[in-house]
Amino acid sequence: MQEALLEVKQLKKHFPIEGGVLKQQVGTVKAVDGVSFKLHKGETFGLVGESGCGKSTTGRMLMRLLEPSEGEVIFNGENILSLNKSKMRNLRKDIQMVFQDPFASLNPRHTVEKIIEEPLIVHGLGNKAERKKRVKELLDIVGLSPYHARRYPHQFSGGQRQRIGIARALAVNPKLIIADEPVSALDVSIQAQVLNLLEDLQKELGLTYLFIAHDLGVVRHISDRVGVMYLGRVVEMADSEKLYLEPKHPYTQALLSAVPVPDPEYGKDRVILSGDVPSPAKPPSGCPFHTRCPKAMDVCSTVVPEFREIEQGHYTACHLYEEDQV
Amino acid sequence: MEQPVLKVSGLETHFFTDDGEIPAVDSVDFHVNKGEVLGIVGESGSGKSVTSLSIMQLISAPGKVVGGEISYKGENLLSKSEKEMRKIRGNEIGMIFQEPMTSLNPVFKIGNQLVEGIRIHKKWNKKDSWAHAIKFLKLVGLPRAEELMNEYPHQLSGGMRQRVMIAMAMACEPDVLIADEPTTALDVTIQAQILELMKKLNDDTDTSIIMITHDLGVVAEMCDRIVVMYSGKIVEQGTTKEIFESPKHPYTIGLIESVPDVRTRKERLYSIPGNVPKPGSIKTGCHFAPRCKFAFDKCTEVTPELIDAGNGQMARCWLHEDKEKATLLERVES
Repeated sequence: MQEALLEVKQLKKHFPIEGGVLKQQVGTVKAVDGVSFKLHKGETFGLVGESGCGKSTTGRMLMRLLEPSEGEVIFNGENILSLNKSKMRNLRKDIQMVFQDPFASLNPRHTVEKIIEEPLIVHGLGNKAERKKRVKELLDIVGLSPYHARRYPHQFSGGQRQRIGIARALAVNPKLIIADEPVSALDVSIQAQVLNLLEDLQKELGLTYLFIAHDLGVVRHISDRVGVMYLGRVVEMADSEKLYLEPKHPYTQALLSAVPVPDPEYGKDRVILSGDVPSPAKPPSGCPFHTRCPKAMDVCSTVVPEFREIEQGHYTACHLYEEDQV
Repeated sequence: MEQPVLKVSGLETHFFTDDGEIPAVDSVDFHVNKGEVLGIVGESGSGKSVTSLSIMQLISAPGKVVGGEISYKGENLLSKSEKEMRKIRGNEIGMIFQEPMTSLNPVFKIGNQLVEGIRIHKKWNKKDSWAHAIKFLKLVGLPRAEELMNEYPHQLSGGMRQRVMIAMAMACEPDVLIADEPTTALDVTIQAQILELMKKLNDDTDTSIIMITHDLGVVAEMCDRIVVMYSGKIVEQGTTKEIFESPKHPYTIGLIESVPDVRTRKERLYSIPGNVPKPGSIKTGCHFAPRCKFAFDKCTEVTPELIDAGNGQMARCWLHEDKEKATLLERVES
């Protein structure tokens, strides 16, 4: 059994909806509603889903940038939700984040050197000369040149900025990197460069990634295991190859068949879902997917399916697979 | 040979900025036949959106169409007055914009926005226009069409808004529909719905569609022919089948190779080194030469023309001048 670096148990985030003059709570948005998964050391776990499914909220809660409503996050055997502020700050040395928008996540008034150096200062690592040396090293690691250190973010292209964001995340030698849509703002040819860089860094530095993205092709390429989210829940989780070749949950099946394939000769049976994702403020009863599910049964609208292992390492939350269990 | 509905020849759109004159679109030629879906593919800054805005003459200062001809049904659109263009825009050539969130006016009801165009172009009365609008809302697969007419854009989801945009563009029954990244802002399951809808409308009404996108998957699925743009120029054109089967320009090859595929997992993604050049930064030679692994002396010295690369494909690459050099490309593919 592989060692788990991070374990998430029944994580929930409920946002209150306030209304009226008195700002009373009139409802809750269940952005994340009971998410559990494990991250093994050195692997890449991909979290996919459409907008509003709660994948980014999950990522932010792991760093406690958002306080979870319920649940446990165990990192290296320690529940990080019970840590106080200063201990949490210390722990962020081990968990770093790469953000989606390379244009908004770098301070435009700071030079690249200052941006990459900042985490080192915050965590009190090295003296001035050592930090300067480290910045040069990091720039080299992510494929930029040391002379870039004195430039400002606006002087770089999107792909280069994302490299700076990665260098900043690497500065404190983290064990886990949470990458929230790190390539979705980039052009295809640049996206491939950044994905290759992330893979190389993982090999060299033994990093563990939580890779959050909506692009199924990208997730397949980079992930060892994948979790599919829908309306705040993980509906299916398996090894990447298994999930893409034999998706079990009807939502995963529909999602995969909806991706346009860059091959005009490739014929396929497409499952076209009708309608939109329901609002997380008013999730459907029973299985959250039953309103759009082509295979919905009576039981789906009343009973929430349990998230269970249906094959070795392949988990799904769907009533279709429950009879097989009996 | 079919008569093209829209023919663009030698189009030049330049932007006059403090840094000098920037050729965002540089002698672009293409045509669309009746009932055809043409894809214009390129990365950001390749000039694909500026091309579409030039056709509609929606380029505003500091940009200006400085040369070329856009012939629509035999008439040059560039010599039309603003008043004449108004009759063509929306009525004969429709357009769907990228962001369904910002392309609808938030203070007017869906119905008012749909009916406005119909009344102006078709000169119908209110009642007929209203009924016509409802018909098109139904056609694009929106439920509760009558009620939607009285709702505001913020009450609709992104996918529904994009359907309204399509209904609006189709309501005047244009001959050509320009769709600029119509599904980029949408989730894949909604994208699949919208693409299916556009395909159906294309089949049913024989409208020609110009599909502008950066997504090769969308192009492969939708288009009959493809134009690949890079740095303001067309670098390759051909039918969809041929371009995906045997791309002839090193840029197209790289682009296709660097897309991660949902069907298979490649050991390592191919990536094109370097960055997309700023328009106008490369003065001489092929614009792709600094990133091209096949580049030789001539590439950096002389700007290539579109050369017939066989198979009816045209590629702006010096490799195709010489049969022997062209085989280099084939070796990479296999």
